Amino acid sequence: MTVKGQRPHALTDAPFHYCPGCTHGIVHRLVAEVIDELGIEGKTVGVASVGCSVFTYNYFNCDMVQAPHGRAPAVATGVKRARPENVVFTYQGDGDLAAIGMGETVHAAARGENIVAIFINNAIYGMTGGQMAPTTLPGQVTQTTPYGRDVKTAGNPIRVCELLSSLDGVALAERVTVDCVKNVKAAKRAIKKAFEYQMAGKGYCIVEVVSTCPTNWGMSPADAIQWLRDNMLPYYPLGVYKDVGEGEQ
Amino acid sequence: MNEKVLMKGNEAIAEAAIAAGCRHFFGYPITPQTEVAAYMSKRMPKIGGVYLQAESEVASINMVLGAGAAGVRVMTSTSSPGISLMAEGISYIAGSDVPCLIVNVQRGGPGLGGIQPSQADYFQATKSTAHGDFHMLVFAPSTVQETVDMIAMAFDLGDKYRMPTMVLSDGMLGQMMEPVVLPEPREPDNDSKDWAISGHKGKREHNVVNSLYINPQELETLVKARFEKYAEIKENHQIAEEYLADDADIIIVAYGSSSRVSRSAIDAARKQGIKVGMIRPITLWPFPEKAIEKHVGHAKAFLSVEMSMGQMVEDVRLVVNGRAPVEFYGRTGGVIPTPNEVLEQIVRINGGVQ
Amino acid sequence: MSDLNVLFAGFGGQGILFSGKVMAYAAMMEGKELSWLPSYGPEMRGGTASCSVCISDKAIGSPLVVNPDVLVVMNLPSLEKFENDVVPGGIIIIDSSIVHKEVARTDVRVVYVDASRIAEENGLKGAANMVMLGRLFKETGFCSAENLDLGLQKSIPARKANLLESNRKAIALGIES
Repeated sequence: MTVKGQRPHALTDAPFHYCPGCTHGIVHRLVAEVIDELGIEGKTVGVASVGCSVFTYNYFNCDMVQAPHGRAPAVATGVKRARPENVVFTYQGDGDLAAIGMGETVHAAARGENIVAIFINNAIYGMTGGQMAPTTLPGQVTQTTPYGRDVKTAGNPIRVCELLSSLDGVALAERVTVDCVKNVKAAKRAIKKAFEYQMAGKGYCIVEVVSTCPTNWGMSPADAIQWLRDNMLPYYPLGVYKDVGEGEQ
Repeated sequence: MNEKVLMKGNEAIAEAAIAAGCRHFFGYPITPQTEVAAYMSKRMPKIGGVYLQAESEVASINMVLGAGAAGVRVMTSTSSPGISLMAEGISYIAGSDVPCLIVNVQRGGPGLGGIQPSQADYFQATKSTAHGDFHMLVFAPSTVQETVDMIAMAFDLGDKYRMPTMVLSDGMLGQMMEPVVLPEPREPDNDSKDWAISGHKGKREHNVVNSLYINPQELETLVKARFEKYAEIKENHQIAEEYLADDADIIIVAYGSSSRVSRSAIDAARKQGIKVGMIRPITLWPFPEKAIEKHVGHAKAFLSVEMSMGQMVEDVRLVVNGRAPVEFYGRTGGVIPTPNEVLEQIVRINGGVQ
Repeated sequence: MSDLNVLFAGFGGQGILFSGKVMAYAAMMEGKELSWLPSYGPEMRGGTASCSVCISDKAIGSPLVVNPDVLVVMNLPSLEKFENDVVPGGIIIIDSSIVHKEVARTDVRVVYVDASRIAEENGLKGAANMVMLGRLFKETGFCSAENLDLGLQKSIPARKANLLESNRKAIALGIES
């Protein structure tokens, strides 16, 4: 028998709790595959944040710590400064990273903290049931923008990669998505590069994954993917916003 | 033994922490504790340690959480408003069973308050630091030497019981200089915690440091287990100093700076023939109930002297439990009571000088 | 002498805290219990500075000197602020180069020292605080001359060792004043 697809070792056997069609599962797998390929599970420490991905500590086989809402970059800073030889990543949603945790994010990035942030941008608060996120699109209906996000009163969405790319401490800021095989492969390349950059001591790396939330968007998984292509990607263009390159700094 | 030197309380805190093997400090500037951070920023780079000025107290305490979870001896220091900002993180640290040391060099409040010495954070330190059922070990030194001694004890007991500990100082103790003998330095021990998220190296199951328990029964069981630990600490780690208490009719209960003022007042009252003594709590949590209980029989009155509107007095009343009057005298907002003011209270309670 | 509570007061920049520190170190060399407590905060930035030093044979209670046995004062606002706090029978030592006011109280001993002028005339500008300390030593004998000098040595960090001699000289001038 030939085994075609195998669960990465860096994932535990615990079944994901995520909704059907949610892209968290894909991203988890990509991170785990990268950890396997780099052979770093034994020295990797993940920082779970608050949001739908709060239980990531159950899913990754590496050591995990759970951070208060928004504080994952600070917790990761403590972990990394305590054990610089280890590889440290945060896994954060848009509310965690770009709303309550924007301060910690910007300063960890500005310090060039040697950590990787995996940033899930699905334009909504998933865990609490579909409220407006800092990345909710103009006009997008959520539980707390029932008439559509009016930027005059509810403010404008934040493009995180663009924002962070202006900071000297950032080594990599790349936006990817996982809507098709080609993009999934590109997303994995970005995540791998981010981990490699950390191991080379290049500084703060963020991989923003434009993601879906079929449940809170009120769509089927397939429709959600199409909505992401039609609405999210024009506002959040894929691409590399900062890359210090492979060479010595 | 080390040479006796003259040191500021705040600098002694930093040097004592280093002597206790602490090599990780995260903090944010705030008066009147800034010397702790300044001292650390000078020393840590020279001994292979980490000093990091965070963007806020919120970030500092979460860096402490990260480093503590990774298994290293770690601390932060701040002053009153900073503790309010750290409250969330302290709750997570307690809920994740992570040891660390938090120093509060108290100043007057509420709000921005003032920068002069205060003891108005007693409730915050001992009862209501943040959300949820938990405690910190809280030490309240009254001299620079005792501050040094308490730092090491706080680290060691924090590690033993896997919990956050606090040294509750104030602007006066932090800014003043006294002679101090520093302990012999200990090597950092950062690799002995088998629960830490230090990387499993393929040799064990993955460790998780976490405070989230969705199942109420599971959370209740965990919190109850933590309270069994607290009960053990209450039994074994109450510390108090008695001063002329054995024959005292009036017993002052005071800690930290206000205990020093009270001591001066007691000496003056004794000269007038008033039998007054003191119980000085050194641990505020656990509160030294046993030391107070011991004197409930013979003391005709208790007087809690604090630099607050009256916080610890509630704990004194809980122990005395109606068996003797428990009075209160305090100044607040950064005002330090004078020995004469306390003496007046002693004379009043005594019913004048006999 | 068993207990001595001294309050040093003046402008920020006059070396008020340093005077207190030398006294504290000298007392430590003498084997006394002691405390040194500065005023702190925004008032230190150009305003008045003060410093409480307590020395005793017993453990120090309150380190904040409310009623000093000796007030060492180097500016007018501080004299006006603290004059009435000095214990009856206490001493007020005034830098009369700067403070042109006589103390009204008759129940304290007042010592006028032309400290700033003495320092300046001897090429020791900025060392008036040490002249004052020398005079405090002369008036109270709070330690031995040897320990005063050791206290001075302890108070001057190695990188400023070149200042030792000028401070020594200033203290000597204070003692002679």
